[in-house]
Amino acid sequence: MKIAVCVKEVPDPTAEKRIDPDTKRLVRSGENTLNRYDRHAIEEAVRLREGAAPGAEIAVVLVAPASASRTVDKALAQGGDRSVHLADDGLSGSDIVATSRALAAVLARDSYDLIVFGQQGSDAECYVMASAVAERLARPCVTQVAALALDGSSLKVKRQVETGYETLEVSLPAVISVSDAINEPRYPSLPAIMGAKRKPHEVLSLADVGLAAGDVGVDGSRTHVSALSKPPTRGDSVKLEDDGTAAEKILAFLVERKVVA
Amino acid sequence: MGGILVFAELQAGTFTKGSLGLLEAARDAGASLGLTVDAAVCGAIDDGAAAGLGAHGAVTVHVSEGHAFDHAQPVVDAVADLQAREGYRYVLFGASIVGSDAAAGLAVRLDAGLVIDAVELHDEGGSLVTRRSGLGDSVLAHCAFTSAVGVVVVRSNTYAPAEDAAGSPAAVRRSTPALSAHALALRVTGHEAAEQGGVDIGEADVLVGGGRGLGKPEAFALCEALAGALGGAVAATRAVVDAGWYPYASQVGQTGKTVTPKLYIAVGISGAIQHKVGMQGSGTIVAINKDANAPIFDFADLGVVGDLHAIVPKLTELIRARG
Ligand SMILES: Cc1cc2nc3c(=O)[nH]c(=O)nc-3n(C[C@H](O)[C@H](O)[C@H](O)COP(=O)(O)OP(=O)(O)OC[C@H]3O[C@@H](n4cnc5c(N)ncnc54)[C@H](O)[C@@H]3O)c2cc1C
Ligand SMILES: Nc1ncnc2c1ncn2[C@@H]1O[C@H](COP(=O)(O)O)[C@@H](O)[C@H]1O
Repeated sequence: MKIAVCVKEVPDPTAEKRIDPDTKRLVRSGENTLNRYDRHAIEEAVRLREGAAPGAEIAVVLVAPASASRTVDKALAQGGDRSVHLADDGLSGSDIVATSRALAAVLARDSYDLIVFGQQGSDAECYVMASAVAERLARPCVTQVAALALDGSSLKVKRQVETGYETLEVSLPAVISVSDAINEPRYPSLPAIMGAKRKPHEVLSLADVGLAAGDVGVDGSRTHVSALSKPPTRGDSVKLEDDGTAAEKILAFLVERKVVA
Repeated sequence: MGGILVFAELQAGTFTKGSLGLLEAARDAGASLGLTVDAAVCGAIDDGAAAGLGAHGAVTVHVSEGHAFDHAQPVVDAVADLQAREGYRYVLFGASIVGSDAAAGLAVRLDAGLVIDAVELHDEGGSLVTRRSGLGDSVLAHCAFTSAVGVVVVRSNTYAPAEDAAGSPAAVRRSTPALSAHALALRVTGHEAAEQGGVDIGEADVLVGGGRGLGKPEAFALCEALAGALGGAVAATRAVVDAGWYPYASQVGQTGKTVTPKLYIAVGISGAIQHKVGMQGSGTIVAINKDANAPIFDFADLGVVGDLHAIVPKLTELIRARG
């Protein structure tokens, strides 16, 4: 069985996020890291390899700048067997539709039985990439999977919808995205961290995946950010560090706000 | 020709409030853009209920039937079919599980632009320009389409339908679209309805919301004790509901309930946007989280960086002591 896990590089959560007023894009030149939601996707693939799909091969697939090698290593330490990394200057400025085109082109080079996505990017909070890529590959797709079981050539899954939980059965090859509650990702062992660099790394250009510059980036995008503005804010807020008296301070605040008599 | 199509979503046989509100918002934007609004309904519905969407702004209601339409991909087939026939310029969806996924599939199918999480619809020079919220709602990006067709997903709870919506009934047209092979490779095999009963979190004046930061299901006792002392109820995030720590009926957020208590105390909750949309209307928001960078601090009135295990029991004691 061949599994692909799509992982995204995102700005480190501790770094201040900023939008460049000229390009109106998220500044990605700061510290970057592996999208935390994608650790659950890798973990789920590893559990399949350890369980119902012995010997499964797990490829970590990403579309990211060439500088993303730390992110690649993290994903491989987490359990991937090899990485496939599309890195090309022409990709910058890609919107959802353009990114899905790039990702689908990389995925189409191989015959994956299962393609796994994280529930969302922590930067964009957009959560629809799995559906977009599945449509390009003409594969069935279930998003936000909370539990799964492999049963021969089909996958039985459970996920939450607005009216409760539903169970679905999808035949492979398929695309899924997983909820961040599907598992508790393990911490990579020291040998896994050391070994990540020695795993096969494939770095591809747009030409390698059969795409032209106009297919992605700004030209391949179908949306354009014309301006930025400030949303209304909630008003004054107080943030404090607990020095042992936080409970007293919360109570005083609640009394002052008259929500506690 | 060339108008706006709104996906009017049926959940358990009735239209979601969000899609009725969205129809009305589309009607207003359409009036300015000079575009009429039609609705797309997928699944079994009688003529009367379909025509009733006229009150919310739909001129024609297209009902796609002949399939279950119980997941997103058949909806893509149905709506793509309508777009091809009627030449819609914009297709709008609410941010439900089916709505968001169908919007993404449709945008790819039509090579259309896609804006997710839109919070405003504007006419700018005769084109629809949406405002999308970003970076933890600290900035609004004005998103224009560079494609012939634009697809929009509107954030949950953005538009509520008018209570006294009135208007002439819409024309109803029915069709049976052909489904693509990949849409048929997936089957919904069962549905567990949300268990009702217990406390209705929608009615509580005070809610103590618990998240994964509690560490284990047993730690919800901390939230229950605090809620008890305040005369409130306990709410939860999807992460803990999906993990089976707390019942679905207590979930707040995009796929859960929308609540507006006087006080919401978020305990070990990161504050993801999908949780925020369900509780941002609360009167006062207090957050306790050990990570100073957690997004919840961006919209809490009082944010405390610290360990919930130290703070919550003490706060409960203090409140009890006031009697
Ligand atoms: C389509 C879609 C729909 C969704 N619908 C919903 C929805 O309806 N409702 C919803 O809630 N989510 C929803 N989500 C999920 C949402 O994106 C988040 O994954 C979820 O809200 C996270 O839950 P959490 O805050 O409990 O967990 P986490 O994000 O893991 O946060 C736990 C927090 O606890 C803190 N913490 C840990 N230990 C301690 C301690 N000892 N003391 C204090 N703090 C501590 C951590 O710093 C962290 O910030 C949806 C997602 C998608 C993609
Ligand atoms: N550039 C990318 N490369 C690889 N995977 C991605 C990329 N962008 C998004 N994804 C995947 O899509 C999921 C949702 O991301 P997003 O749509 O950005 O919220 C992530 O959890 C990843 O699995």
